[in-house]
Amino acid sequence: MFKRLSALLGGNKKSPQKTPLHETEKGFLVFHHTGEVIRAEQMLQKAGFYVEIKGPPPDLRTGCDMVIVFPLLKEFAVRRELEKAGLHPADIIPMRGGMLEPVSLLKTIDYGKWIMVQAANVKITVEKASGAIVNVSGGGCPDVPWLAGLMVGQNIFAADEPRINGQSLCSYALQKAFIEARRLIEDGET
Amino acid sequence: MMNWLICGTVPDDNFPLCLGTWMVEKEMLVPVSSFDGSGPIPCVPVRRGTPALSASAILAANALSSSPPALLLAGDQGSGKGSARLYDFLAEWLIKDESANIKGLTFHYMFPSVDGHNRILMALDERKGTRPRLIADAGFMYAAKMSGFAARYDVFTPDAGELAFLADEKAPHPFYTRGFFLADGQDVPALARMAFDHEDSAKILLVKGKTDLIVEHGEVTASVSKPCIPFMEPIGGTGDIVTGLLTAFASAGIPLFQACVRAAQAARFAGEAADPTPATSVSQIMPFIKEGVIRTNA
Repeated sequence: MFKRLSALLGGNKKSPQKTPLHETEKGFLVFHHTGEVIRAEQMLQKAGFYVEIKGPPPDLRTGCDMVIVFPLLKEFAVRRELEKAGLHPADIIPMRGGMLEPVSLLKTIDYGKWIMVQAANVKITVEKASGAIVNVSGGGCPDVPWLAGLMVGQNIFAADEPRINGQSLCSYALQKAFIEARRLIEDGET
Repeated sequence: MMNWLICGTVPDDNFPLCLGTWMVEKEMLVPVSSFDGSGPIPCVPVRRGTPALSASAILAANALSSSPPALLLAGDQGSGKGSARLYDFLAEWLIKDESANIKGLTFHYMFPSVDGHNRILMALDERKGTRPRLIADAGFMYAAKMSGFAARYDVFTPDAGELAFLADEKAPHPFYTRGFFLADGQDVPALARMAFDHEDSAKILLVKGKTDLIVEHGEVTASVSKPCIPFMEPIGGTGDIVTGLLTAFASAGIPLFQACVRAAQAARFAGEAADPTPATSVSQIMPFIKEGVIRTNA
């Protein structure tokens, strides 16, 4: 098996910027208009992301005939870069697995004085009375410990949302948990 | 002599790539010696992530009177650049003579890269002699699943959310796990079986949760549920403690299944002694790691 793998990869060392992406690490950015695709490609390349314009697979041929292939695990950073230019993809989809949707199921656990919200593999815990973020747990990408260091001790209404400093899909999950926790505290649903 | 290596990241882009031994002083990891001749290395606060895993492994090794694992660390706040340096270094180092005595590796918070992961597996394949034991958690475990080579690993240590990701053969990352796999009441043993059947599981899973389950080749063979410390779940780093304890037990020569059981028990004993709330920091549990480890001998 590994001889085959070695042959496939060539066994050569590559610089980080040129590291080839496996199919599971890629996603499609879908836009309504061709002009948006071209602008997005230029902007993302300029920002240092490895992106390519490709023809869409059959099930994505709903609008534009081009999609951008991008590093899926950097989806959060890519979104932020596009937002700066006012570009909003119609859809973002993992290349492998067809039409997978981002996780939408949020779990909440009430610990009395505290509430914990979990999105996918990431959890945030907030003190109900004060709104203080007391813990951030989980994640597998290195920006979650980084974000946790920034957020723990902050008030959830004053803290930067994870999307400001996050880069990975794990931080995107943390963003979802953060927004839900803030909503629950604000609405008094705890 | 180095016999086990923990590989992971420190959430600080300025932290250098370094290989060496460390000790724990109060709430800090303190460098003892470097093997790679790197320059001055700063101390690292033990708050969560790989520093928490490393501190618990070192404290547990001390309690077991065995050599603490060495650490290969790189600074990474999420760009993936530090992780890439770590992948590159390790792929080269593993085929050098100086790594010949390594009995095991524990992989942790790293930006998932299938290419980086595969180069490390190829380097392991090139080595002569006994293959090191392989434990993976967090980002590196994601890369292992994405690569299609998860079955090459000895132990994964997922929580319930990560187990759902392993069970969903289509998910490229936990963020894209389909809702069905995450639904309340989902049968954890069934998810573990699915992951194993798709070859998206290590030989052993230590599934961290309200009840910790040890799964061998797709079948649950042990569970640990006492003492029950419900406030452990929200504390960032408690899962890292379990993987650190597993690393220490395995490094001390305890067979992996037994090491998983004792790691789950020791973390609970340490948690019980710390008497945490959801606002407790993982650093407040560290002083009780020794007690937790010793109680598993009872």
